[in-house]
Amino acid sequence: MSDAILNQAYDVQRVREDFPILARSVHARKGKPGKPLVYLDSGASAQKPRQVIQAMTRFLEEDYSNIHRGVHFLSQTATDQFEAVRSKVARFLNAPNDRCIVFTRSSTEAINLVASSYGRTFLTEGDEVILSIMEHHANIVPWQLLQAEKKIVIKVVPCDEDGVLDMDAYKNLLSDRTKLVAITHCSNVLGTVTPAKTIAKLAHERGVPVLFDGSQAVVHGTVDVQDIDADFYVFTAHKLYGPTGLGVLYGKYDLLKKMPPYQGGGDMIESVTFEGTTFKAPPSRFEAGTPPITEVIGLGAAIDYVEALGRDAIAAHEHDLLQYATQQLSQVEGLRIVGTAPGKGPIVSFALEGVHPHDVGTIVDQYGVAVRVGRHCAEPLAERFGVGPTVRASFGLYNTREEADALVQSLQAVKEFFGA
Amino acid sequence: MMDDLRELYQEVILDHGKHPRNFRHPDDANREAKGENPMCGDRFMVYLTLKDGVVDDVAFQGRGCAISTASASMMTELVHGKTAAEAEKLFHAFHELCTQDEPDIPEGVDDETMEKLMVMSGVRQFPVRVKCATLAWHAMNAALHGEAAASSDQY
Repeated sequence: MSDAILNQAYDVQRVREDFPILARSVHARKGKPGKPLVYLDSGASAQKPRQVIQAMTRFLEEDYSNIHRGVHFLSQTATDQFEAVRSKVARFLNAPNDRCIVFTRSSTEAINLVASSYGRTFLTEGDEVILSIMEHHANIVPWQLLQAEKKIVIKVVPCDEDGVLDMDAYKNLLSDRTKLVAITHCSNVLGTVTPAKTIAKLAHERGVPVLFDGSQAVVHGTVDVQDIDADFYVFTAHKLYGPTGLGVLYGKYDLLKKMPPYQGGGDMIESVTFEGTTFKAPPSRFEAGTPPITEVIGLGAAIDYVEALGRDAIAAHEHDLLQYATQQLSQVEGLRIVGTAPGKGPIVSFALEGVHPHDVGTIVDQYGVAVRVGRHCAEPLAERFGVGPTVRASFGLYNTREEADALVQSLQAVKEFFGA
Repeated sequence: MMDDLRELYQEVILDHGKHPRNFRHPDDANREAKGENPMCGDRFMVYLTLKDGVVDDVAFQGRGCAISTASASMMTELVHGKTAAEAEKLFHAFHELCTQDEPDIPEGVDDETMEKLMVMSGVRQFPVRVKCATLAWHAMNAALHGEAAASSDQY
């Protein structure tokens, strides 16, 4: 291979150097060295590159102040940087403009915002909301709360044995009673990437708006909300190598404009009197109170980071890891992978015959391997596949083939342990 | 490091995990309570047959990890034939062993029983697994008190 091609190749070792935590070991004991950390839980939360940590530190040390309300130098500086990230997020999603970007505390809060504001205003008894079987609880429970209050009806699109969304069933569920569709863009358990563009097109033929939960999808590929024609799109910063405590809601401006406030407080009002209060236009209308300012700066740095690496290059690297890990795991006797949809994201959930996932998790952890075990906040899906809880290995831009090997080796140890 | 694992997954625990004792639903059970860990989905029903204040029969059903299954199985063997008061005392002793570095064991628990209870105490080194070990014990204690379920956030 020529140097030129080598230089173009994704240099994962150099990428790893950007993540200080990846150099640590775990379970060190008096005099005994620990095991190198093999972090395969990025689907739960990703580790942070030095660039993000430093951007937040620099902001706190040099430019921090509250935003949108001071006339002083720092307030203006902080406001400018904060709003610049809003523009960056808009570009990141290819949103038509900044006004479509609302900062929230999490994906969960973004969905709750839509359920509370849009849902309570425009949905009434008997109206139907379509979800899918592979939703995270964050995209189930807000609609159940609305169901309890407004007596709406929740319909659920099933998936097949591979974890592919049943689009025929989806078409059949769409009706004159459908008032909203809320579906994940990438399953946090199965890795399935859903056909967002088709989902939106079919809903729009009936004039129904669509919300996508992009918490996993934005991490593993390029998302273009205008191409998909999403009405609402949510994601969270901490899975995208950014800080916790910050989510994003994209909404078409025409929809946001029609929606009443979700929470009341400072920064979202035009004027307040005890006779009545008028509200600012979106996105301010939905950003009551002091937002997570430093975290927004961190998200800006995270977006810069993944864009500098190249989102296509990251996706190609993760795809290679997924294929390799799938191949290696498939050779472990008694291991069943749950979720085998074509084109899936780098998430591998599996069950190991004769060993409970919790026991798997504890034992592989002693080998330094961090995986998620349980039902991954998606209980209905666990029931659907009849496996109950599973083990989930989720890969990020810093993982290596050697780490997939380490997982497989630790699983062999589990099998020896249990004689499974 | 692996010593901790061996301590946690002793042969006797692996054996009870794979071949749980008293894994059934007795026809004459007059008390039952559910124990559930929402985090991992482990769920057990514990059944007691109390006769004249004595645990005449005790059994369980459900699904869980090796630790929770073994603990439930061993619990049934230990509690069988005890008075309600003794069973509750064992619950407290076990709870102490699993959660405290210096457990405060109630008086009147004999050495042989203590030895059996001690088998599970390796779980102390694995804080997230303590709930697994105590799940069925909490359910047993709830059943003793005529409650339908152990509270899910109990340790």
